[in-house]
Amino acid sequence: MNPVLIAVLVLGGVGLVCGVLLAAASKFMAVPVDERFPKIRECLPGANCGGCGYAGCDGYANALVDGSEEKINKCTAGGAAVAEALARVTGKTAEAVEAKTAYVHCKGDCSATQKKAEYNGTKTCKASRLLFGGEGSCTFGCLGYGDCAAVCPEQAINVINGVAHVNGARCIACGQCVSVCPQKIISLIPADAAVKVTCSNKEKGPAVMKKCKAGCIGCGLCQRNCPVEAIKVENNLAVIDYSVCVGCGACQAVCPKKCIL
Amino acid sequence: MSEAAKLLLIAFSMIFTENYVLVQFLAICPFLGVSKNFDSCLGMSGAVIFVMTLASAVTWTVYHFLLVPFDLTYLQTIVFILVIAALVQLVEIVLKKFIPPLYKSLGIYLPLITTNCAVLAVTILNITENYNLLEACVDGMTAGIGFGLALILFCGVRKALERAKPPKCFEGLPITLIAAALTSMTFMGFAGIAEKLFH
Repeated sequence: MNPVLIAVLVLGGVGLVCGVLLAAASKFMAVPVDERFPKIRECLPGANCGGCGYAGCDGYANALVDGSEEKINKCTAGGAAVAEALARVTGKTAEAVEAKTAYVHCKGDCSATQKKAEYNGTKTCKASRLLFGGEGSCTFGCLGYGDCAAVCPEQAINVINGVAHVNGARCIACGQCVSVCPQKIISLIPADAAVKVTCSNKEKGPAVMKKCKAGCIGCGLCQRNCPVEAIKVENNLAVIDYSVCVGCGACQAVCPKKCIL
Repeated sequence: MSEAAKLLLIAFSMIFTENYVLVQFLAICPFLGVSKNFDSCLGMSGAVIFVMTLASAVTWTVYHFLLVPFDLTYLQTIVFILVIAALVQLVEIVLKKFIPPLYKSLGIYLPLITTNCAVLAVTILNITENYNLLEACVDGMTAGIGFGLALILFCGVRKALERAKPPKCFEGLPITLIAAALTSMTFMGFAGIAEKLFH
């Protein structure tokens, strides 16, 4: 027999066997994919920011499909539009998505506070904090090396004059900066919050006064003047409970250090 | 040399002295591409070990029971590519159906190594070295382990590189390639050890 013919036959045969085997395998071992998955996945923005608490949009869509997740308003990046789209697909009623934004509770920039040392190490917040709580005199405030800005998927954070600022218009409230900040001074607050505490220092008043012009001294004036008891001084620091706050601005008006914005 | 000693020799030379990535410079693409984080390193290494072992067994069988009888050994490269590609697809389907957890951890890496040069190299080497079936499988598995070792070592190097500050013109891929070269030079230290150890 012609050697070329044998070669063609053998190679063709191997190809045919492989092909038939694969076709049979994909037919008999097909795993049914839930048809709702691609529809739900399509509604999500695909930013994979993790703001919903799942590992990316696929994770959230999977949880919605298999029923382990009930709520359809968890996508902070997409907000109300995504919740509505999900409501159409899943047949659930959309609940209001509370628009949130990250906020840095510190206004201790270069003009308000001083350095206690010169730091020349690795330029990250995490590293600088290891040496005496950072180079600033206040060990609670923003370190200013921008670990939050580096992790932000939307470039919504800028370090200005030594303190991180969140651009509310770009922030998708994914919460990555909240978890990466070694000082734990970033939190997610309602996007339309009327008042915010701009300090995180938990030391007593006199100590704060020495370190920073913009620090909360825990005087308690805001607490006494709040009509709905939404603001409390805990550990020498004012904290606002946004579920109660009505945004009247009374605390802002009485704060002697102007650390409620 | 006894059979056991021969297997040990194969294993040692595949992991250290003849390491596919760092000594023979095969599979550089996944070596540079996947070594960025530790978890994907482990996933990729697992997939490579798995596929290399299976491919060694299957291609050895195909070669000795199909190509040799028909006197078609010159077709080995194309037949091997065909068989490996089909095999990986089949493995993917089977894993997806029967062992979903394994599929989830290896799944995304399997298609990547379908036609990886290191997988093809190990199967062809099995033939040229005249290995028997057991030796071929051990060869495949340890070549995969060698690949994994290189990948994990280099992952550590890259972690250190992230903290380093190279000159501007070396940032990114250039410094990574230089680091890869240095890592591969360390494996030159193993040269010649294997023969002395097992003889």
